[in-house]
Amino acid sequence: MKIDPKTFTKDYLLHLCIQCGTCTGGCPVKYRSPLNMRRLVRETYFTDPFPSLSKRAEIWACTTCSTCSLRCPSGVKNVELLMAIRNYLANKGEVPSTIRDALENTLMQGNPWGRFRDRRADWAKALGVKIFGEATSETLFYVGCAPSYDPRVQRVATALVKIFQNAGVDFAILGKKESCCGNEIRRMGEQALFKKLAKDNTILFKKLGIKKIITTSPHCYNAFQNEYPDLNLPVQHYTQVLVHLIETGHLHFSKELGTSVTYHDPCFLGKQNKVFEEPRKILASIPQCEFMEMERSRERSLCCEGGGGRMWAEGGTEGKRNAEIRIREAVSLGAKTLATACPFCLLTFEDSVKTSGLADQIAVKDIAELVDETTK
Amino acid sequence: MKKRIGVYICHCGTNIAATVDCEGLVRFANTLPGVKVARDYRYLCSDPGQDLIQKDIQELSLDRVVIAACSPRMHESTFRNLLSSSGMNPYLLHIANIREQCSWVHQDRIQATEKASQILRAAVARVLGQQALTPRKFGIQPSVLVVGAGIAGIQAALTIANGGMKVTLVEKAPFIGGHMAQLDKTFPTLDCSSCIFTPRTVEVARSQGIELLINSEVLEVTGFVGNFKVKVQKNPTFVDFNKCTGCGDCVEACVLKKGTPSEFEEGMARRKAVYIPFPQAVPLKAVVDKESCLFLSRGKCKKTCIQACKAGAIDFEQKEEVMEREVGSIIIATGYDPFDPHLLPQYGYGVYDNVITGLQFERLSSPSGPTQGEILLKDGTVPKAIAFLHCIGSRDENANLHCSRICCMASMKQAHLAKEKTGADIYEFYIDINAFGKGYQEFYKRVREEGIYFIRGKGSEIFKRNGRLVVAAEDTLLGTPLEIPVDMVVLGTGLTPRRNAERVAQIFGISRSADGFFMEAHPKLRPVATQVDGIFLAGCCQGPKDIPDTVAQASAAAAEVMSLLTRGEIEIEPTVATIDPELCAGCKLCIEYCPHSAIEFFETKGISSVNEALCKGCGACAAICPSKAARQNHFTQHQVLAEVEGLVT
Repeated sequence: MKIDPKTFTKDYLLHLCIQCGTCTGGCPVKYRSPLNMRRLVRETYFTDPFPSLSKRAEIWACTTCSTCSLRCPSGVKNVELLMAIRNYLANKGEVPSTIRDALENTLMQGNPWGRFRDRRADWAKALGVKIFGEATSETLFYVGCAPSYDPRVQRVATALVKIFQNAGVDFAILGKKESCCGNEIRRMGEQALFKKLAKDNTILFKKLGIKKIITTSPHCYNAFQNEYPDLNLPVQHYTQVLVHLIETGHLHFSKELGTSVTYHDPCFLGKQNKVFEEPRKILASIPQCEFMEMERSRERSLCCEGGGGRMWAEGGTEGKRNAEIRIREAVSLGAKTLATACPFCLLTFEDSVKTSGLADQIAVKDIAELVDETTK
Repeated sequence: MKKRIGVYICHCGTNIAATVDCEGLVRFANTLPGVKVARDYRYLCSDPGQDLIQKDIQELSLDRVVIAACSPRMHESTFRNLLSSSGMNPYLLHIANIREQCSWVHQDRIQATEKASQILRAAVARVLGQQALTPRKFGIQPSVLVVGAGIAGIQAALTIANGGMKVTLVEKAPFIGGHMAQLDKTFPTLDCSSCIFTPRTVEVARSQGIELLINSEVLEVTGFVGNFKVKVQKNPTFVDFNKCTGCGDCVEACVLKKGTPSEFEEGMARRKAVYIPFPQAVPLKAVVDKESCLFLSRGKCKKTCIQACKAGAIDFEQKEEVMEREVGSIIIATGYDPFDPHLLPQYGYGVYDNVITGLQFERLSSPSGPTQGEILLKDGTVPKAIAFLHCIGSRDENANLHCSRICCMASMKQAHLAKEKTGADIYEFYIDINAFGKGYQEFYKRVREEGIYFIRGKGSEIFKRNGRLVVAAEDTLLGTPLEIPVDMVVLGTGLTPRRNAERVAQIFGISRSADGFFMEAHPKLRPVATQVDGIFLAGCCQGPKDIPDTVAQASAAAAEVMSLLTRGEIEIEPTVATIDPELCAGCKLCIEYCPHSAIEFFETKGISSVNEALCKGCGACAAICPSKAARQNHFTQHQVLAEVEGLVT
């Protein structure tokens, strides 16, 4: 895709910026990298030094959490600008090698880790899940890349399958036909690959007669809900589905959780898509689940730094990781479990629990796992 | 009889002449039927331009005039007056708009001239069928309704009453004074708000010319300029004001122990169900709030207030009362609502005790407020650091795009007071300092001298760390992100239209601008008038304003009203609808479609008839009437079709 920095001002409304610094002030990596969104907007507004500007390593530090764009009083599309700069770099082949690998892997194998496409549904083998092609359904459970391949997140996908089966939900998965949703691909700057994925996936979903999509990841939810141009299918994040199942009496809790839980709002679910209540409603309906709210919650949730391609970036940031700050916040609150509802949040927190040596004080769980544990 | 039309084409300097061939247009006009004379001139609206037309009217005995110039909104009345003073009926004029609708929007001279010719041909065709009309005259009621008794309404009411006219002042709250009564000191002079304001509120109460209706709302307005009929509902206070002495014994006796958040104290203190809003309230009477009163809301209470009141003033039997007033003019001064910071959750308002709004700070700082003027945290301690955040809910696409004008100065004034009272470290997070008024920049300098830290960057977020509030922002002048720990955050919340602005606009038939505030008739030249003749605006209901500007606008509204009322009678445009009784079938469709309820049905005759006094000449009845009985003067079917034919020939 052709990218012309000369149209950035018009495309991303840079001329409307009043240089108030709301973006930088609320940026989750403001102390972790030299990235200064306000200055980047200002500098890009004068496009002449653009090529040198775009070479800065901090371009890759942004997590695309979108706090900046959501709060911008002038409606500047900061994150879209940043993705366009990355796109410009990708077109010139000037991307960090690990990002480049993730993009290539997605093209070749349909997932950024480059795991074999044929093994995408291995995790589900013993679960008796319907797979499109062999069976059919109106409801697609779109598993996503991390839940398909990462052993830690496979447990979330498994939990969801068990919950759905338990509640009598008719659904099927795509198996090896499933490809990356492209959400992170777009954020790493490969707009063309994103468009291809969106087109191929849309055609596939339509061909299979899918009427409704459930996603594990808020990132996939975001792509389908907001960025696929021709999809036009109802999409739900699994937390929205679970609330419905609980409220309509299809899902019964049979066990007590017996612990205290706090919840981290994933950026792509919470601040970007305004799904705040559903995860809390689920936790509130789990028996003996003592819910505690963290200081920075909902719109003020601190980004875990797992988004925007940061899962595949090496370095570019320094100092204490946000995920660790978050873990410490949860521990100091007295919560025994930090729950979340996003594969990337889960992975970054799992990492930080270990590196910060707090593994004996707090467990990191996905809400799906907590529901599965208490509804068996 | 053959018509004698004069056609005049204005160059408007080069506004028209640069794009339209005016001489060519004159030649074209001379070919049109009925045209006696056609001329062009540099500026027709100038004295020599008008003289030219007048001379022609008299010497050539013209009986129709077409002016091809700017929009009729600009100069139609100028040329109608010219016709009148030249002995012609002013409704035998038609304006062909070849500026806004032609020269200003085209570049190609040939095509623009062609279009101007078409517009002119239509105008000539139309004017041939125009008829002489006579404006109707009505008397004017020498009395005024002022809606809202904040500083704007009070200023307007006093000015008019002191001029010897009757004013009905309606206030929704149980006291007068509005937001100004809540303020501690006022910028930039630091006058105590109640000290300068109380004499005015007391004057209202004592004025012979002002009928004060508190706890009241306007329900309905009918009629027209000079002769409005207004229905006002007075809601019960459950206290007989003739008996109440304002002693407060009932308040002491009220059994609602925990109380309910006080509106006047912006929720910073609680009040009983029966209460006196504040010590200087006018009128200084107790009122019962039916929401929190146990007897009125649940029917269960010992009614200790009744026992406590020696004057026997408490009256739970009081009912709403609807009264009617006839007034010649109306001033709307309904004020503003402060922006609700819950709508921007990143600031933690409602989550953290010590994140408060600007108005809440005013109550803290006020000597009559909940802390007797001490700046204290919720736990009663003195803050060591305070942050003031500018532009909360203003200049923000996510809330309101408009600048609320007062918050920069209000924040700096509050910073000054906070510094003086607590000695705390004070941070002002701002985007731009809008110190626009007299003495304001000087005040800005003064607070800088006082050692207040100004940080150029909008507060992005508030959270808590180690028990203290943290303001996250960027020092944009250094390019450095900041997280500054403080004990109190004051949100410089902006001014927004009243939540019920849409309903009020409907009641009075006025419009709102894009920002939601009531719209003035012209942003520069008619800043206090509305599109409805006889209805004027004052204060923040028209847009955010500080006290000096509010008082100035209120005085201007009062002057407009007095200028109108002293005329004694008023001319109404004769461009109204009529219904031909011979043709009317009595289907009542027009009654259904008339937006001004100006059509009545006569049962005895079985026909509808227009009340000319109420008709605004919109033409809805003429358009809908299936038997073509309804006709719109000056826009008859014949005239409009002639104009259309002229355009398409």
